[in-house]
Amino acid sequence: MNIQVMDRVTTGQKINLAIADCDIHPTPKSVPVEIYPYLSKRWQDYMETYGIIYRQGFPTGPAFPKGQPNAARRDAYPPGGGKPGSDLDFMRSQHLDPNNVQLGILNPLSCGQGVQNLDFSAAYCNAVNHWQIVEWTSKESRLKASLMVPYEDPLASVKEIDLWGGDNNFAQILLLSRTAEPLGQRKYWPIFEAACRANLPVAVHAFGYGGAPVTGGGWPSFYIEEMVGHAENTQSLLTSMVFEGVFERFPTLKLILVEAGFAWLPALSWRLDKLWNRMRAEIPHVTRPPSELIRQHVWLTTQPMEEPEPREHLLDTIEWIGWEKLLFATDYPHWDFDEPSRALPIRIGKEQKEAFFLKNALELYNLN
Amino acid sequence: MTKYVVAAANEILPGQRKLVNVRGRPILIFNLDGDYFGILDRCPHQGASLCKGQLVGLVESDRPGQYNFTRSNEIIRCAWHGWEFDIRTGKSRCEPEKIKATQYNIDTKTGSEVIEEAYEAETFDVAIEDNYVVVHL
Amino acid sequence: MGSSIITKGAIDCDIHPSVPNIEALLPYFSDHWRDTISQRGVHDLQTIAYPKNAPLTARPDWRPKLGMPAADANVISTQALDTFQTSIAICNCLYGVQLLMSEDLAAAFASAVNDWMVAELLNKDPRLRASIVIPTQNSEMAVAEIERVASDPRFVSILMLVMDEKPLGRRSYWPIYAAAQRHNMPICVHAGSAYKHPVTSVGWPSYYAEDYASQAPAFHNMVSSFICEGVFSEYPDLKVVLAESGFSWLPAHLWRLTKFWRGLRAEIPWVDRTPTEIARDHIRLTLQPVDAPPTSEQLERLMDHMGSDEMIIFSTDYPHWQFDGVDVIPEGISGELARKIMVDNPKNTYPRLQ
Repeated sequence: MNIQVMDRVTTGQKINLAIADCDIHPTPKSVPVEIYPYLSKRWQDYMETYGIIYRQGFPTGPAFPKGQPNAARRDAYPPGGGKPGSDLDFMRSQHLDPNNVQLGILNPLSCGQGVQNLDFSAAYCNAVNHWQIVEWTSKESRLKASLMVPYEDPLASVKEIDLWGGDNNFAQILLLSRTAEPLGQRKYWPIFEAACRANLPVAVHAFGYGGAPVTGGGWPSFYIEEMVGHAENTQSLLTSMVFEGVFERFPTLKLILVEAGFAWLPALSWRLDKLWNRMRAEIPHVTRPPSELIRQHVWLTTQPMEEPEPREHLLDTIEWIGWEKLLFATDYPHWDFDEPSRALPIRIGKEQKEAFFLKNALELYNLN
Repeated sequence: MTKYVVAAANEILPGQRKLVNVRGRPILIFNLDGDYFGILDRCPHQGASLCKGQLVGLVESDRPGQYNFTRSNEIIRCAWHGWEFDIRTGKSRCEPEKIKATQYNIDTKTGSEVIEEAYEAETFDVAIEDNYVVVHL
Repeated sequence: MGSSIITKGAIDCDIHPSVPNIEALLPYFSDHWRDTISQRGVHDLQTIAYPKNAPLTARPDWRPKLGMPAADANVISTQALDTFQTSIAICNCLYGVQLLMSEDLAAAFASAVNDWMVAELLNKDPRLRASIVIPTQNSEMAVAEIERVASDPRFVSILMLVMDEKPLGRRSYWPIYAAAQRHNMPICVHAGSAYKHPVTSVGWPSYYAEDYASQAPAFHNMVSSFICEGVFSEYPDLKVVLAESGFSWLPAHLWRLTKFWRGLRAEIPWVDRTPTEIARDHIRLTLQPVDAPPTSEQLERLMDHMGSDEMIIFSTDYPHWQFDGVDVIPEGISGELARKIMVDNPKNTYPRLQ
């Protein structure tokens, strides 16, 4: 059995390994105060009147109540008030400093993406891009922003990418994983084209509001099913991108799959390889085995890291994926946070450890 | 085994908890209806401070669709991943025989007992007529 | 490359007879439904889950010049049973009954398919067994169909598709599971969809290859549903067979489900032990297709991740094209494990085979 029980107590301050945290969630202290300055009067009025309408029934909460309020760690509420992830100083003292975060990638959620009204979605994403620079990256050099795009409107997304392309506040383009159509479909290709032009990886974060039931067999009852199901959802979007030929059409595209775990990837690659062999006539545009395309184009953030028993099984899995393909992430300040010194309680080599926790990210984001 | 006086009994009223530090160990003391319990303030999973968690009840079920809620506020739910620990036993709710929070023996002594038996109590002025919470370490 | 293990005496838990055409079923409908089929031009219920001429649907050497593969008992006996020298094969008939919108029509079709299987398959080769086709559209009607045919011991399980209108653990399906437990039958959940929803959680894909790939995530979801809804708490003797599901995805899925369960178990307090343990006791998976890693050494590692040698049960998935020749057992599975997969595990899964 391998539940590592932590009964040793450290008295002195230990020096933690330097890490990259490729999934941090900032949130506005107040939308009117922090976001409205970058929204036109028209969209401020619209928001006051209609709120934000997604492809889900409740305007103010998720379809499945989460494991904790705001899906947040109970200890992540800033002492000065506000939601978890809304206070940079507190984020520094609770997370960035003690966990020795050298690079933190900001992924704002519920910030304009997947909004039904496409024009509003575009305006809101643009506002959040300004906000990330003003409130976060300009104040804290360890943090990098994600370029928010209204992905259900690819042409507006391209406009937003072209607007910010070359601005080194942004490390990646962010999409959510529950899109309206499978992400490999041609509708979304202009986004991938613009991403390559801007030389930015495309990160796809779990969650979103595509409108389809969260399983191919309808809606489940429980949050745990929906939550676990992000891995399945991510497998479907990756399958789509492979079989639609996205990686062959855009040979410089880099895809990062965020917050969907990673242990499912080997089995998916084996399955896709087998199907590709059998059905090449249907998908002649896919000219290389899916596993090769994935190995070349896809990275995954580690959180929430699977916890097999014994934990050593995870070493097989990581080897099958490739140590160079994983980007450490904590998901701060959310409840399923992975604590850097405890999340991978397996003895690994120094080089692997540095790659896993820091260097893979620095290399991928060209921040060496 | 050394005994440490960590609090005056009336400092931790029923339903309350207090985080104390004994020889470098953060220990979370609970008072459940007058009985005192102590666990290490670190979740055995990823080391979160259990002190920051919520007190919840015990949710059990005889069959799907039934929710039996008992022992209100006798379970501490970790602030991070929501693992639940029984304050009385330290055992986790998910896998009680395998996953446990480190538990400490706690009892209460009168001031005169504390003084007679010379417990470690550096930070306390002990009064004979009061009761004290003692950790065995 | 398969291993050289001989499959003689094995129990094949997943073969697929085809209904040759709708006319073949007509004798098994009541006058009303026979008339309806003719008056309204009800079409054959072949589905897009297996396009007739797609490579996966029938192996080249099992594909007839005309008509459907595996459409009569002689062909099945020769190709599926004699080839592998198997002792028993379980017919999972994937006729699109579950796709129908009318539960009445579905019930009529289910009965017709079951009666056709008895007359045309089970009565013609004593080695054949079958799963009961049910109208999943309505659990009461499904139970009625189970009760109608369950006295025939050659029906050894109950067939459902992995993607139905609702996740299969939902309580509206429970009368079916009560009937399964009562009659000592596992539920066989087969790849496929009632196509009441997009086959992926992000909508309809473009290619058949994606539809087939998406069966695996659907099985993940379905395992979550059976466990989280508490089906196995309510029906402790029930086993669920995942057929044509692949199995290499299972360990990673259970790692993830168990991790979240430790913190979210109060949402589903009837799940009072780890999902991994529950799966090992109640979930079985057919061997083919093997979505195998590139090397046999990796497959050995994967079998270790499974943490149980009792979960996989032998299948050829005949006539689907999953492998060539008789290479049904992949390299990396030991002779001892293969023996369990071929005989012991199926017998322990299907009480009616003992």
